[in-house]
Amino acid sequence: MAAIDLRPPRLTVGPLAWVRKNLFSTWYNTALTLGVSWLLYSSLKSAALWSQTEARWGVIEANLTLFMIGQYPREELWRIWLVIYLLAALVGLAWGTWRNAARGFAVMALGAGAAFALICFALNWEAWINWLIADAILLIFFLIGNFLPYASRVTVVGWLLYFPAIFLLVAGSRHIAALPPVEMSAWSGLLLTLLLTIVGNLGSLPLGILLALGRQSKLPIVRYFSIGYIELIRGVPLVTVLYMADILLPLFLPVDVRPDRVIRAMVGFILFEAAYQAENVRGGLQSIHRGQYEAAHALGLSGALTTALIVLPQALRAVVPALFNSFISLFKDTSLVAIIGLFDLLRIARSVIAQPEWLGTHREVYLFAFLIYWGFNLAFTYGNRRVEQALGVGKR
Amino acid sequence: MPKFSYVFGLLVVISVLLAACAPSGAPITVEVTRIVEVAGEAPTPVPPPVAGGERLQTVLDRGKVICGVHGSFQGFGFVDSAGAWSGFDVDFCRAWAAALFNDAEAVEFRGLSAQARFTAVQSGEVDVLSRNSTWTWTRDTELGLTFGPVTFYDGQAIMVKKEIVSDPTAGLDALEGANVCVQSGTTTELNLADQFRAANVGYTPVVFEDQTAAFQAYDEGRCDAITSDRSQLATQGQAVLANFADHVILDLVMSKEPLAPAVAQGDDKWADAVHWVVYGMIQAEELGITSANVDSFLSSQDPVVRRLLGVEGELGSKLGLSNDFVYRVIKLVGNYGEVYEKNLGPFNLARGQNALWTDGGLMYAPPFR
Amino acid sequence: MIYKAFWRDIRFLQMLAQGIFVILLALAAGYLYVNVTANLQRQGLTVGYGFMKNPASFDIGESYIPYQASDPYQRALIVGVVNTLVVSLVGILLTTIVGVLVGIARLSTNWLVNKLAAAYVGVLRNTPLIIQLMFWYFGVILQLPSVKQAIELPGPAFLTNRGIYLPWTETTATFPAWRMYLILAIISVFVIWFVLQIARSRASIPLSPSWNLSYLVIPVLILWLGAEIQPAPPITPYLPELAGLNFKGGLRLTPEFAALLFGLVLYTGAFIAEIVRAGILAVSRGQVEAARSLGLTNGQTLRLIVFPQALRVIIPPLTSQYLNLAKNSSLAIAIGYPDLFSIAGTVFNQTGAAIEIIVVMMLSYLSLSLFTSLIMNIYNSRTRLVER
Repeated sequence: MAAIDLRPPRLTVGPLAWVRKNLFSTWYNTALTLGVSWLLYSSLKSAALWSQTEARWGVIEANLTLFMIGQYPREELWRIWLVIYLLAALVGLAWGTWRNAARGFAVMALGAGAAFALICFALNWEAWINWLIADAILLIFFLIGNFLPYASRVTVVGWLLYFPAIFLLVAGSRHIAALPPVEMSAWSGLLLTLLLTIVGNLGSLPLGILLALGRQSKLPIVRYFSIGYIELIRGVPLVTVLYMADILLPLFLPVDVRPDRVIRAMVGFILFEAAYQAENVRGGLQSIHRGQYEAAHALGLSGALTTALIVLPQALRAVVPALFNSFISLFKDTSLVAIIGLFDLLRIARSVIAQPEWLGTHREVYLFAFLIYWGFNLAFTYGNRRVEQALGVGKR
Repeated sequence: MPKFSYVFGLLVVISVLLAACAPSGAPITVEVTRIVEVAGEAPTPVPPPVAGGERLQTVLDRGKVICGVHGSFQGFGFVDSAGAWSGFDVDFCRAWAAALFNDAEAVEFRGLSAQARFTAVQSGEVDVLSRNSTWTWTRDTELGLTFGPVTFYDGQAIMVKKEIVSDPTAGLDALEGANVCVQSGTTTELNLADQFRAANVGYTPVVFEDQTAAFQAYDEGRCDAITSDRSQLATQGQAVLANFADHVILDLVMSKEPLAPAVAQGDDKWADAVHWVVYGMIQAEELGITSANVDSFLSSQDPVVRRLLGVEGELGSKLGLSNDFVYRVIKLVGNYGEVYEKNLGPFNLARGQNALWTDGGLMYAPPFR
Repeated sequence: MIYKAFWRDIRFLQMLAQGIFVILLALAAGYLYVNVTANLQRQGLTVGYGFMKNPASFDIGESYIPYQASDPYQRALIVGVVNTLVVSLVGILLTTIVGVLVGIARLSTNWLVNKLAAAYVGVLRNTPLIIQLMFWYFGVILQLPSVKQAIELPGPAFLTNRGIYLPWTETTATFPAWRMYLILAIISVFVIWFVLQIARSRASIPLSPSWNLSYLVIPVLILWLGAEIQPAPPITPYLPELAGLNFKGGLRLTPEFAALLFGLVLYTGAFIAEIVRAGILAVSRGQVEAARSLGLTNGQTLRLIVFPQALRVIIPPLTSQYLNLAKNSSLAIAIGYPDLFSIAGTVFNQTGAAIEIIVVMMLSYLSLSLFTSLIMNIYNSRTRLVER
């Protein structure tokens, strides 16, 4: 007679079962879990100890403004806040208009504003107020977005106008008395990092689309030129392209044209990023079904119209995730301008370490810079996911 | 993609050809100095520079001087957390602004890396470079620069940890096998190689693209010694090292490093304006004119003083400046000695060779007449 | 038959478009050329590679080929190329291991391991490499104790702020002879394979699998004979030991090299982990289930069924990660490793030859990239699914 197992069945629900299933299922899993836990514990412990006793976080407090805007004139600081207010207003408007599609993003922006306000609470009274105002603006515009006629169109136009507006505000103009021009050499810190990211991405997209179309072209000369350009740029490191833009660009321009170094770096990023954007877009172009071309042809559309009206809109929607990834990687790559001597976030961090009163604080400073890059990229990644969902990429 | 294999094949052939002619084609004797080599090798006549003279007007029209400086070198060119510039080199920029616009703040400072500084002058991105740059033959000729009066006589020195060498009079042979931190793209890097080679002492260079990183690595114990201009070792050493007292700067002078402002070659008018402002500051110190007492000198009967301050004569306008340009400079910035004391005094950097000629130094201005 | 006017002929239009494109390109190139000549003339500079033969006059901290300050600039640049190659090759090797391990850990059923791997990937992928490099260099390697208080690891290996010393091997006098035996053994394997191949195609009944034993027996026999002739071992351990103020012997990784390698390997490893994970997930579940029902063990399933199929998905993106690693090695300049970019920068600084140096630099990186993608493409075409 076979022995009947009279023991109660093993727990299959509850925390204990979860632990057993996920952490201690086999002997090697148990060993792994224990080993990893010990490693985590000891490193976290020493990190916490360092952060509480040795670390001099004062360096971040004292230089917070420097990290954010570098040498941007302090009396023109309100212009940066205005840029942030505008962003808050547009995010609020988008939330009010499109509701679910923009909600996650808006809530994140709201949370970020609140978090910054909290961080600045004791440190910087002015920043604290400003972050609260930004949050308030976001909420007000959410309400406005709910009732506004033609809200969708207003929001889209608003976003399109936003990017030129940033530049007008940051750079100023000789013709507007309220906005005296600010030298580009004063654009620095996180501000410069973000500006380079935006310009590099938006500026490279048209060039990238042209190159992608060129690569698919039936004209051999255009095709080989595009292939040559794309493969040349993709074959060399970004630093060399930046170096080239910084040093050679002035040589290639007329004697009296001497763009600022910031502009030169921007040109470098655009030239570099265009090759990668071209490859992204090409992926989209290849995903378009032949039938689309044939249908367009049957409707009597010319080649150019087919591309502009039928193919590109679909291709671009398909590559939104890839474009976002480029955005993220470019955001990281802007740190390379520190090598050619522009004062971006990283180089500002290095100059902070050289301040006599904050010697030996490189861990604190680099950790702070590290967290900023990481935080922004997390936000971008999240935004990417939301946009993908909203566009239904991969579902249609 | 298969197309690339052809391209690649071509590249391989090219690189093989290049590699074939690469390894020590012509052994070069050690005795011949590099500079002579270059001169012998390349007798290319420099084409006559395009008639210059427009830079001074450009600057005047613009309303400010664009000045290339160091950004993170305390005592010479430093920007603090509030974005304010200070330093010895920086004050010369202010002096030019004062001379041109009667406003010491009419300057736009450009923080330049060692690598980018000369290109910035060549390309006309900055009007003048005041960034502890050594005046050398190559830079003066091949790089198309014109150097001005020496503002600081420096020399390369080497700083060592006391635990390795404690005697400041020791020679390079005490550093056999040492790791030496150095900044790339400087004359320092070249002198280091020359000096150790001449002394037949083995060493390993550890090269960084910026000075702060080099000091940081030295402080962390990556190197036994660090080499740079003596002024840099003294100022940066005090500013950056955790404990300056644990280090010793050897007495050994490894090179001559005359630091001078530079402008693009081929624009004599602008170069003259830049040079004479500096001479004016030196002359003023010699005459005892300071920012505090300059007004009282306006009524001086000494013709030398009167000419210098523009009370009589047309010296300034012949340069394309106002006649009282030296007065403005002294009033708004100070004379040479004041600038020196203000910026380098806190680092206990003795005047030494940088004293006036009357005090046994090398600072000497041609006569203002 | 209808004749088309020539200006409506598609071939003519294509020619015209290309003609216009070429003219525009030529105009742009001409414009740039005019500017360059004007600028160069204004500065009194000339373009040419004559300077490459002049002595470099600067020393380089680490070099895998003989170099001294009196060597010409071109030699210095070659040192840079070799340094870049070395760090790239070692990096590619190690990062593959790291990437595959982390990629598998990402799929682990152990929650802790899984999440830890995810955190590693998330953090390293989303922060700039240059900050990571600085962290490794200034924050980790330079914080190691000095030579006197070196951390000793079994091996022995020593960790100091002057470098990492690893046990290594040294060749002895018998090395050339042994190298010959080894080559002979390898050749014998190919010969056996060839002979068996022919024998199999001719035999009327399948050859016994026991013939495969010859793959093992013959090479071992060759090596055993070799050992009889030349009993001394070809290599001896070469261990680091403290000699005076410094360590002697062993393999020394300089702090700069170690930090660069660490940074590159861990950063690229995070990307490769994602690629490996995606590749493994891309293998359809049916394959795993089929393998299970055939009675294969977990390990066998992974090794024989999943991995070979995943490889096809993995190879193309893996190639671009290898390329990225090689290109990213140019960030070495931030931490003082004398790679190509860093040395080219120094040469440019000493000579002012901007155009020449940038051309050399770009061509070198380009050929490195093309070479890597060539090799990976060959490998890819071998693992690709052959459709029948």
